[in-house]
Amino acid sequence: MSMKVNTRQVDGVTILDLSGRITLGEGSVQLRDAVRDLLAKGSKLILLNLGDVNYIDSSGIGELVSAYTTVRNQGGELKLLNLTKKVHDLLQITKLYTVFDVKDDEASAIASFNRA
Amino acid sequence: MQHGEEHQLTGSQAGRITYTLESSLDSVNRVEQTAEQMAKKAGMDEDEVFRIAMAVREAAVNAVLHGNSYDPEKRITASFENTGEALVIRIADQGKGLDPETLPDPLAPENLLRGSGRGIFLIRSFMDEVHFKQLHPGTELTLIKHLGTAQTGS
Repeated sequence: MSMKVNTRQVDGVTILDLSGRITLGEGSVQLRDAVRDLLAKGSKLILLNLGDVNYIDSSGIGELVSAYTTVRNQGGELKLLNLTKKVHDLLQITKLYTVFDVKDDEASAIASFNRA
Repeated sequence: MQHGEEHQLTGSQAGRITYTLESSLDSVNRVEQTAEQMAKKAGMDEDEVFRIAMAVREAAVNAVLHGNSYDPEKRITASFENTGEALVIRIADQGKGLDPETLPDPLAPENLLRGSGRGIFLIRSFMDEVHFKQLHPGTELTLIKHLGTAQTGS
């Protein structure tokens, strides 16, 4: 039921492959910790692959927003990849779809990051 | 994670099932699963089942987290009823009370990047009717989905 996180590095971008649920008490804290750890290590270009995230609640949406603003405030970039229809629809109705940089192809997502 | 007292079935009459549950995430998950089963049983399609289960989950999260603040002395009650015309779900807490008029609009530009405050908005988005009742102490949310308007699978 809970979320799994796999971390990969591709061309200077850290990809977090998330699967499962991002909800209060399940994936939310894991996502927060994962992003915090990356920033602590100096990894500021982060791509969240949500292709296998089948459920997200308001807490999870809030965590995505917090991750986005935290990374941006530290001079980095956080983008979303492979939204499922449910997550896409939730970001639409909460008007967050245009806030996030949402990608559907990993290679072009990687290429889109600004490298200092 | 709290253990100890199991959920308690406190009433089952005329098609209405009522649970009294401790203020924990286990209770949230249980309430969500009950709503999901209820919506499926009523013949809702997958998308509608998702919306109803999520709305009910958000209401339960509000009750456990914002209402009762995980207080082990406080309980939430959740009742589920299919009246034949609508699914009616009531979630009540024993907290300080919630005035929906005071909630900031999560779609306002200045609130878009807030890390919280979307639960009630999602509940209202996904249900046909949402009613708030002050219990002194506590709040009861009534969530209604009309069966006639729901998109049932063919």
